[in-house]
Formats: sequence, C-alpha cells, structure tokens
Amino acid sequence: MGGKMHRHHLFWPLVVLGALLLFNLIYSPDFFSLAVRGGNLYGSLIDILNFGAPLILVSIGMTIVIATGGIDLSVGSIVAISGAMACLTISKGTDPSSVLLVIGAVLASIALSIVLGMWNGALVTVTRIQPIIATLILMVAGRGIAQLITSGQIITVSNSNYEYIGAGSLASLPFSIFIVAAVLLIASLLTRRTAIGLFIESVGSNPEASRLAGLRSRTVILTVYVFCGLCAGIAGLILSSNVSSADGNNAGLWYELDAILAVVIGGTSLNGGRFYLMGTVIGALIIQTLTTTIYMIGVPPEITLVVKAFVVLAVCLIQSEAFRKTLITRWKKRNYPAEQEVTRHA
Amino acid sequence: MQAPILQMTGITKRFPGVKALSNVDFRLFPGEVHALMGENGAGKSTLIKVLTGVYSIDEGTVTIENQAVSIGGPLEAQKAGISTVYQEVNLCPNLTVAENIYIGREPRKFGRILWNKMNKEAARLLKERLNLSIDVTLPLHAYSVAVQQLIAIARALSISAKVLILDEPTSSLDQNEVHQLFSIMRKLKNDGLAILFVTHFLDQVYEMSDRITVLRNGELEGEYLAAGLPRIELVLKMIGKDLKLLEELPKLSEEAGAAAGSIMITASELGRKGAINPFDLEIRKGEVVGLAGLLGSGRTEMARLLFGVDRPDQGKLLAGESGSPVKSPRSAIELGIAYCSENRKTEGIIDDLTVRENIILALQAARGWLRPISRKKQDEIADQYIKMLNINPPNPEHLIKNLSGGNQQKALLARWLLTEPELLILDEPTRGIDIGAKAEIQKLVLSLAKQGMSVLFISSELEEVIRVSDRVAVLRDRSKVKELGGGELNQQQIMQAMAGG
Amino acid sequence: MLNRKYVPILVTFGLLAVMFAAGSFRYTGFFSAQVLYNLLIDNSFLIITAVGMTFVIISGGIDLSVGSVIALTTMICATLVERHGWSPVVVIPMVLIFGALFGTLLGAIIHYFKIQPFIVTLAGMFLARGICYIISIDTITVTNGFFTKAAQTKVPLPGGNISINVIIALVIVLAAIYLAHYTRFGRNVYAIGGSEQSALLMGLPVARTKILVYTFSGFCSALAGVVFTFYMLSGYGLHAMGLELDTIAAVVIGGTLLTGGVGYVAGTLIGVLIQGVIQTIISFEGTLSSWWTKIVIGLLLFVFILFQRLLSDRRVTLKT
Repeated sequence: MGGKMHRHHLFWPLVVLGALLLFNLIYSPDFFSLAVRGGNLYGSLIDILNFGAPLILVSIGMTIVIATGGIDLSVGSIVAISGAMACLTISKGTDPSSVLLVIGAVLASIALSIVLGMWNGALVTVTRIQPIIATLILMVAGRGIAQLITSGQIITVSNSNYEYIGAGSLASLPFSIFIVAAVLLIASLLTRRTAIGLFIESVGSNPEASRLAGLRSRTVILTVYVFCGLCAGIAGLILSSNVSSADGNNAGLWYELDAILAVVIGGTSLNGGRFYLMGTVIGALIIQTLTTTIYMIGVPPEITLVVKAFVVLAVCLIQSEAFRKTLITRWKKRNYPAEQEVTRHA
Repeated sequence: MQAPILQMTGITKRFPGVKALSNVDFRLFPGEVHALMGENGAGKSTLIKVLTGVYSIDEGTVTIENQAVSIGGPLEAQKAGISTVYQEVNLCPNLTVAENIYIGREPRKFGRILWNKMNKEAARLLKERLNLSIDVTLPLHAYSVAVQQLIAIARALSISAKVLILDEPTSSLDQNEVHQLFSIMRKLKNDGLAILFVTHFLDQVYEMSDRITVLRNGELEGEYLAAGLPRIELVLKMIGKDLKLLEELPKLSEEAGAAAGSIMITASELGRKGAINPFDLEIRKGEVVGLAGLLGSGRTEMARLLFGVDRPDQGKLLAGESGSPVKSPRSAIELGIAYCSENRKTEGIIDDLTVRENIILALQAARGWLRPISRKKQDEIADQYIKMLNINPPNPEHLIKNLSGGNQQKALLARWLLTEPELLILDEPTRGIDIGAKAEIQKLVLSLAKQGMSVLFISSELEEVIRVSDRVAVLRDRSKVKELGGGELNQQQIMQAMAGG
Repeated sequence: MLNRKYVPILVTFGLLAVMFAAGSFRYTGFFSAQVLYNLLIDNSFLIITAVGMTFVIISGGIDLSVGSVIALTTMICATLVERHGWSPVVVIPMVLIFGALFGTLLGAIIHYFKIQPFIVTLAGMFLARGICYIISIDTITVTNGFFTKAAQTKVPLPGGNISINVIIALVIVLAAIYLAHYTRFGRNVYAIGGSEQSALLMGLPVARTKILVYTFSGFCSALAGVVFTFYMLSGYGLHAMGLELDTIAAVVIGGTLLTGGVGYVAGTLIGVLIQGVIQTIISFEGTLSSWWTKIVIGLLLFVFILFQRLLSDRRVTLKT
C-alpha cells in the first residue's frame, strides 16, 4: 500500500510542501496562527495564498501549454502588459472611482492578453516554429510593449474598485483566492469534464498519431496558448491591482521561470503528455511558501534564488531516468548508450 | 578456401524478459557479399548492433582475422575494421561531404584542420572507389539519399574497413540508384572487402549475395550458399514451422466476392510525386482488397493518399455514398474511412495514455471536445473491445506503452472499429506481432468483411494477403501494375506481377 | 555561384550596413569612426558572451546562466580585490577558471542525466545570481589600480580610440572563429548540432564535446564578467540582468539556427552590432524611448526566426 501511495503523482510535491510547513511550525510556532482584524483573516498562510495567487494562475496556464509539448516564455511579459493596460485605461478615465471604468479596463486587459496568446499560438501552429523560440519573441518584445504602454513610468492609480481585485476581501478571505479558485475550477472542469484534456494530452504525447486519429491539433494548441495568455493576463490584473500601479519593467519578472518550475515540481513532464493541475498548484504553493519562509527567518530574500536553484536541480534529477539508474546500479563498466533505450522500450 | 575475416561464435544477448540472440554463430569471408536474413524479431538487428558495439555481448566471442576482439562501442568497432551504413543515413546533414567522410580523423597540422587536403582526398576517394564525382564542399543535405549513402560507404572505406555492414541500404532508393549501389558493391567485393548485406528484398539478395545466413527467433537457422538455396526454401527457413498455423485459416469463398455492393471509394489517376505514380482503384462495400508489393513499392504511400494524410498532386479521390473528396485524415474519418498505420509507435499509439483512452480517441475526436463520452460509457467500450479482441493484460487502465506490440495493434484496431468505419485501411496489421495474434487479426478481417465492411489490407506476407483478400492490387516501383481477382489470385501470379517483366 | 549557406549571414550583414547608413543619413555626427568604436566599446562584454552562446546553440543547447555568471564574476572580482585585498593577477585567472568549471558542471548534468539544457542552465542562473546576493546585496565599487587602469586605457585608432575590452572581445572572436572552423572540437560541435545520434555512431566524442561547449560558454561569461568589471568598475548582483536574452537574440540575428548545427561566430558579432546600432539610433533620435530597443529587437527576432523557418522549409522541399 505504501508503495502505491508514494507512486501517486501528488505524493512528492505534498511531502515537500509538508516539510516546508513543518519547518516553519518548528521555527516559528505562530506561522500557523490566524488573526481576525477588521473582519478579515490575517496570517502567514493567508499571505502565501494571497501573494501566490498570480503565480498559481500563470502556472495553471503554463501546465496546459507544457502538456501539449510546448512552453510559453512570454507569460511574464503578458503579466506586465496586462497590468499596464488596465492601469493606463483607469488613469485615462475622467471618473477614477467609476465601476464601469474598472470593468472596461479589465476587459481591455483580458482582450489584449488573449490577442497575445493567439499570437503565440499562431506562431507555433501556423509557422511551426518551436514553442520555446516562438514565445521568446514576445518575451523580449513584450517588456518593451509594456513600457510603451506606461511610457516608461510606473503608472499609479487610485481606484478602490480596481484595488479590490488584488487587495480586497470576500468572506474574510482575500478576493484573489476566489479568482484563483474560479480559474482552477474552470480549468479542471474543462479538462476533466470535456474531452479537451484528453486531446491536450494526446497532442502532447504524440502529435502525428493524434492527427491521424482525426484530432484538430492546431486548434488544440492554439487554444492552450490563448488560455495561457488569459491566465497571465488575469495574474497581471491581480498583481497590479494589489499594488495599485503598473511597472512595465519589473511586473511579472521571472514569472515564466517560476511557473515552469511549479509545473515541473507538480509532476508534469516538460516533454508533454500527462498533466496535473493540482500538482502545479501545490508546486506554486511550494515556491511561494519557500519565499515567505525565507523572508520570515530573516535571511536576505535574494537567497531564495539559491534555494530555487537546488529545488530545480533536485526535482529534475528525481525525474531523470538516467540519474535514478545511476543511483541504483552505479555506472556499468562500459556504458552502451543505446542499450538503455532498448531496455526501456522492451 | 580462405579463412574467415570475421568469426562470431556462440553469441548470446539477453534483454529483460527476452533472449534476443541465443548461441548464434556467424562468419564472414573477405571478398564476399553475405546476406543476413530473417523475419522481424529474428535477431538480425540485434546481431548487427552487437557487432557494431551498440550493445554489449552477454556470452560468446568475436574474432577478426583470428584475433579475439572486444567491441565496446561504435568507435572500437570502427577501429577493429567494422563499419556500418544504415538505412537512415547516419551522417550529419549540416556538414560538408568531405567532413562527413573525415570528421574525427581530419588531416591536421599542429591541431589545425587542413581543409584543402581533406577536400582533395575526399574527392579522390569518391572518384576512385565509388565512381562518384561531386562537389565535396557542399553540405550533405544538398544531395539525394542515394548519394548520401554512398558518402556513408566512403566514410567506412576511409577508415580502412575490412568488414562493411549495409543495413537495408536499398529501402529508400529508386531502381537506378539501387543499380548504382550494386555496381559499387561488386567493385568493393572484388577489392576484397567483406560485405554483410541486410535487406528485405529477395531479388536483391539473390542478385548480390554469395552466401546467406538465416536467423529465426534469435537462433541460427543455418548458413547456405546462395546458389544452392532456392527461393522457396529460403522463405520456408525464414518463416519456419509456423507456416502451418496460418494454413488453418479458412479461404474466403467466391460467394462473398459476388455479394460485393456499392462503391465505397474511387481513386482515379491519383498520384503524388516521389511517393506513388498515378493509379486507379475502386473498393466496394464488403470487399477485402489486398495490396501486395515489396517493401518500398508504394503500398504505404497509396494508403496515406487514400486517408488524406498526404496531399495528392494529381488525380481525384472520392469516398462514401455521396462521393465527397478526401482532404485530410479528419475528413476521411467523417467519410467513414479508418487507417491503422504501419508505424504503430510513431503514428498509432499515444504513449502516455491508457488503453481505454487510446481506444476512444478517434471516436471522441470525431464527436468534438464538447460532447465527451461519459466515463461509464468509456469503461464499457474498453471492456467490450478488450474482450472481443482479447487484449492482454485485460486492464483498460494500463498505459498502452507497457503493452506488447500485438496488443497495442489490437487496441489501435479497437480505436478504429469503434468509429464504425465503412472502409478500414490496415497497413501491416500483423507486423512484428506473434503468430497467434496474427491469426486472430486475419480472422477478424474476414468476419468484418462478412458484416459488410470494406477493408484495404496491406501486408508484406503474400500468403496472408491472398488468404484474406477478394482482390489484390500489386505494386511495383511505386506504380500499381496489376489487379488480380478470382481464379488468378495465387502466389505465382502475384509474384510475377511484383517481379515484373 | 554564391554558396547558399552564407545567405543568412549576408542578409544580417546587409541589415547592419543599411541600418548604419540610415543612421548616418538621418543624424549628423552618426557617421564617424568613433560611433563605430563606441558600438564595440559598449558591447564588448556582450560580444564575448555571445561567442560562447553561439557554440552552445550550434551544439543544439542553450545557456541561460550567462548573465548571472557575469554578475557573479563582477561580484567575486570586486569582493576579493576590494574587501580582501587580493591581487588582480590572482583573482582574474581564478574567476576565469571558476566560470569554466561552473559551465562544466552544468554541461555534465545536462549530458549525463539527460535533462534539458534549458532547465539545468536555469538552475545555474538562479544559483549564480543567488550567490551574488550571499556575497553582498550592495554594489561594491572597484578602485583597484589595475582595474581602473584597464578601464581608462585608450587604444588610439584612426578617427578615435577603443578600450582594452574591445581588444579582448575581438581576440576572442578571432580565436572562436579558429576554434569553430579549424579544430576538431569546433567541427564536432557542428556535428552534434546536426545530429547527435549520427555523431555518436560516427565515433565522435559526444560527451566530452557537449560538456566542453558549456565549459567554453562558462569561460566566456566569466571573461565577459571581467570585462564588465573593467567597464562598470563595480561588482553588483543586479549587473547584466536579462543579458541572456540579449545574447540569444544577438546569436539568432547573427544567423545561427536555434535548432543547432548551423551558425557563424562572425554572424554573432554582427548580431551584437545590430543591437548596438538600434540602441545608438534610438539615443540619437532623442524622442524615442529606450523600450523601443526591446520592441525592435523582438521584431527582428521574429523576422529572422521566420526567415530561418522558410529557409529550412525550402531545404526540405529541395530534397524531395
């Protein structure tokens, strides 16, 4: 039974998350304490969920893209563009507290994010450029576009309705958590209750066989990039609303890397195929908890990078068949490269 | 007689769960072309990989010129004088011709590569030994596969190979290119080189080889002089005793042929450059049409055109009662056509998915993503087909990549049967699967046809094609050359058509 | 007849010439030797990094750690020289060896454990950046005489002068061209990028070459870091942020295929200069803001990637 449990795809991510939380519990017992102030819950756990919300969103989109065998490097730039677009729209409005204005701004940002996702998707499907290269274009240009929108400034807005998206609370919990929950729910329903999840995994695992089975691979791939753009766009809204400003240069910096990391930690292979949304969410939570923990224990926050480096390596090594084989059998006297392939397929 | 240059004795190679080679002996004399024959799974490719150091040897010895050698990798094999030219040319397309011949052994002075010297030597080598005058400074991808293969041979020669292994060198060559290759092989043979020749083409075996070694199921069947071994004997030795098992199959009676109904698909002057010359073909309801022809004669290419995988560049293709054109695999499926590709791994199974998911995939794709098949229904379908086709292990939640080839094939068959096609194209459905599963699939084809399904049946095993088909279209050199039905349908007729003349 | 393989690099060179000409017509003072020299002076570290990256990309890999390794090098140089009083004569060779070893480690992980280069070098990027901050989160100004002298030395040339950094960069470019085209190592890199499977079967030292490629890239990054220290006279963990993207962009614009196997060091040099010209034009324009650089580079990337795509499509159709 134990063997079965540790083979479940959520086992390792949960163990890591559990270990991190346990460390926090030992290090500072009030890590888990929740306080109610002004009708809202406060505490480190809530912070993790709240600050982690944008990353979880981006990671959900990234999971589905990676499942098709692709990758989206442009999410960080889309986060910045989306935030910039919303803040620009609001700052141009005559009545800065208008609800309609906020709705307009949100819609404009989301529409723009979808367009950017379509651009990525079109590059991958129509021109058949490798995803890593295709999305690199928007990754580079996107930062420029974001700064173009903000004219190189940090646009600050003061609109309480807009602030609500990233900083408001609903039922004593940060509103952003509900956004994440909604997106996660929609993504899960779409991928598990309709057949699109099957199509995504099929295209990611074997594109040619999928085409011969009558799948519209192009539509599937286009859809996932659009969805990923959308997720990044919403994340950008939350992020900029949380600080009531848009910074074209730094908003969403490193998000693509953190998101990929979250996906990989969550158990989805970078080669495409099977994907695990819940695994990704846990992966993103691990990254956020790590950051929070490092803040808490008073080490300079930049050290997070070093820890992340080791987490990336550890996760990849665990996933690497060659590495596991080395651990188990050590190197054979002679190393016949093709043989490992064969024994794997036999 | 001379001593053999290469002698392999008692070679055994095990893979987890399989004994790929068991106590195999093999020898090769200088100045001979030696054919290595065997059906799929006979151990041909394992033997070659052992010889070239890609695999290690579990038991047995290899001697070259009476010196025991241990071959630890492709490089050591080369050093020992064994070079291999594979069907899919294993050179670097981005490097120049000269580099491909000399890379790793470039002429150097103080570590600096002498390009002029290398280019001159390459040109001379190609000219003198292979009668080939080409610009050696162009990248390899500028040349045809045939020339690339000759360049690969040139590389082998320049390493002063004593043993040259040609692994299916003719599969992707046209007739003229094959002749060019053969004349070069003869020249090399006269120069004293020992050539190990692996091919599927019987004609080529008899045209070129002096000696034939037959492997079956990982064991040595025997070594023969080509001149003393009639074709039919060779085939019997390759197939072995299993021939009898296949003969128990019922022969389709004429009445089924007479019952054939309306036209299912019509191809007229359909063709694609470099794949298949224009052909006409008509398949009727409830009819099994066989495609016979050697490997590379255009069988798969024809099937791919019929299913819309490749675009034809001429002719017309109409399918179904309505006579609609076939534009893509998707439109083919909508018209009631299903295609089981011969490349199970790359064009058939979806590795990461379960047997159940693989089975429902095509049906689900046809329904679109908004109308999912309920999980309960999926389970029912999977169970039903697992039982019907005897898929083993009978667990729908197994990942398909962990199944044996035959069971994967059955799952793919289930995928297509589920779409209830009116025309089922089966490309080598029995290749690489065990004899029991083979017979099951053949029986299934017959019973499907009885129920009114049309089948296009492609196989390299003539007996099998004859057994299941009402009519057989014969292909040669990428052209449809003959259609045989009724009384004319026998092995001799087909063979003649395949051989031509 | 013009050899087809030079088409991408000629297009790139033509683009550079056109851009430079356009700048010269539009802005007074643009057409001068010193503007050209400044291109080299301001981008010498980028040239060095891009040379290493060219080899990595030709071999079919990618190295995301370059920017961080530069930052780490500036940091180590500054700390050891300024805070611990080590001699630059010891420190500089040491950081170069360190950079090479860092690359070797990444390369070994990539090769032996078969993990995508993208992910491994990403970890390397995090690691190097993180170590910077462990050393210090502040800028460390370099006042050491050797470094300031290297920074201020001007080498006079007709029409202006260049810095020592430029000489180092150009020497590296020339050495890399020799390495790529006249040594077995260089040709093996191309072979692996063309087909790793074939390279293995042809008996080439695939493992050694693949790892050495990352060693070389690590070395180039560390050298770029030293040059960067000469240029900025400081060590800082935020130095060379996002430089990996500029580097990759320069390599691609220089005509190297991101899929590996095809590329030229000389092209990379031109790629860097094109980026430099864009920046120069934008600064001459005055009204245009710096973010246009990113947009234009993104656009160029798009055009070049599309162009490569079309070329390789044509190659396939030619073959059949």
